[in-house]
Amino acid sequence: MSATLGKSTTLDESASLDKRPGARVGRPHAVWALPGVLFFTFFAIVPMALAFYLSFTRWDGLGDPQLVGLANWQKLLDDPRLTQSLWLTVSLTVASWVFQTVVALLLGVWAAGPQRNRAVLSAVFFVPLLLSSTAVALLFYALLDPNFGIIQKDTLGSSSGAFLAIVFVGGWQFIPFHTLIYQGGARQIPQVLYQAAAIDGAGRYRQFFSITLPQLRNTITTSTVLIVVGSLTYFETVLILTKGGPGTDTAILPYLMYEAGFKTYDFGYASAIASFLVLAATGLSLLLVRLSGFGTMRSTREGM
Amino acid sequence: MKTRPSDREESAPSRRHRHWTRRANPVAGLGSFLWLVVVIVPVYAMLSASLTGQDKALTGNPLKPPTSPTLDNYNTVLRSGFGHLLSNTAIVAVAVVGIVLVLSIPLAYVAVRTRNSWSNAALRLFLLGVAIPAQAVVVPLYLLIAKLDLYDTLLAVVLPTAAFAMPVSVLVLVGTLRDVSEDLYEAMALDGASPLRMLFQLTIPLAKGGISTVVIYAALQAWNGFLFPLIFTQSDGPRVLTLGLFNYVSQFGVNIPALLASVVLSGIPIFVVYLVARRALVGGLMGVGGK
Repeated sequence: MSATLGKSTTLDESASLDKRPGARVGRPHAVWALPGVLFFTFFAIVPMALAFYLSFTRWDGLGDPQLVGLANWQKLLDDPRLTQSLWLTVSLTVASWVFQTVVALLLGVWAAGPQRNRAVLSAVFFVPLLLSSTAVALLFYALLDPNFGIIQKDTLGSSSGAFLAIVFVGGWQFIPFHTLIYQGGARQIPQVLYQAAAIDGAGRYRQFFSITLPQLRNTITTSTVLIVVGSLTYFETVLILTKGGPGTDTAILPYLMYEAGFKTYDFGYASAIASFLVLAATGLSLLLVRLSGFGTMRSTREGM
Repeated sequence: MKTRPSDREESAPSRRHRHWTRRANPVAGLGSFLWLVVVIVPVYAMLSASLTGQDKALTGNPLKPPTSPTLDNYNTVLRSGFGHLLSNTAIVAVAVVGIVLVLSIPLAYVAVRTRNSWSNAALRLFLLGVAIPAQAVVVPLYLLIAKLDLYDTLLAVVLPTAAFAMPVSVLVLVGTLRDVSEDLYEAMALDGASPLRMLFQLTIPLAKGGISTVVIYAALQAWNGFLFPLIFTQSDGPRVLTLGLFNYVSQFGVNIPALLASVVLSGIPIFVVYLVARRALVGGLMGVGGK
């Protein structure tokens, strides 16, 4: 900002010395980007393409993959676990989004205030972030053990209990992170907006809905994309807490893929599930980005 | 940093200003108190159970403080090779951060400074990459890792973890580097600086915020990584902390206090980082969400 101001006040004579000052500035050759692009292509893009290829083969990990056409995809579409898993993934994503967004948005906006007590509580709220998702899943695996005694019932033994446990554990772990994002976002909202609103007589709730929420639009999009893509892939939590159970009631797509690939060594079928997961995740992210106008990177400060 | 709280602006202005920002908000206060309980109770139960003898753990009320605290559980965990797990994880984290920085910084620099179709295509590749779940590629990666003869080594964990940390890192860096003004580059060009010198003397120093975000993000990806170690390693040698914790479930079985002690121990390194560099850690995490 200040630099652009500086530019407009440049002395006239220097401008006449060089009409196009940008022209002489050396720019890095595009080749500099190559190592990173190659590395990422090799370990992410190529495997993704390979997954699509393997989804048309039968392969047990030994020998060579045999092309079998659409057999794995046919099997996937006929698999009752797929419908169940899709439905599960959708409900898990929606439930996680509602839980995490509501709590994190409110806590984040609250924590953005300058008060001392809020800073102290924010430090406590940070605690779950000290633990890895594996550690968090283990913690709740132990705490939810009916023999241990916080909850005497066998929570993970019932299908709704297991579902709620996964939503709760995911929220417990990730809400601190999203709270930080919202806290950062809320602190960048210009104070003048609130001052103007206060002069116009807007109350606290009116200010929240008319200023805070619209100004946090980009933050909400970022956080939503992270939550949605994240909850497609709650792998550790499911593996440690429920092993997909009871029955297959919490077997999300990545878990089905893990079982097909690394328990029954049906890598072709596992790749079909994996490809389906890529399509779902990409489609969802594109949809979210399109819906929110994030791709155009419109600034929330427009018109100011 | 732009995200500094507004307390500085606030110390000076009028009473009315103070009035509306400092007004107590009982509803929000109550809500945050509830969340505090949700955060504290499991943490407290974990600490208290980890200090309880195994024989007493299943009899008493888990929310009561332990009557005769003991460090036995911690000893059990530490004697079962915890240090080895920790050093493996540290090696993975350092290597991942190093690879991500060395590859992403030039990439972001080109994407911001050299706007041609090549650099745009590269940037679009990484935008797309954000949506690729690591789960989706483990099967083919397993094949690739086996072909490269890397199965059951730390490199098998490091390389894919670094690759999957790149998309977000590149996007964060591009966002930061865009803020370095053209005038500064012009000023350096007048001194005859090459693009390489500009990168080291101008861009990197001015992009410290974004770079520290990337360091924290990449280190946490390595620290949290579970799937890659689970699939690409099997022996004790290259076992990392998350996988070690997972194996404790079968190793300790019903010894819940020991299991919880291992969870506590696994959190200590980040806790130390948090104590030493709270501002960088919190700011870095905020940065992952965009500026």
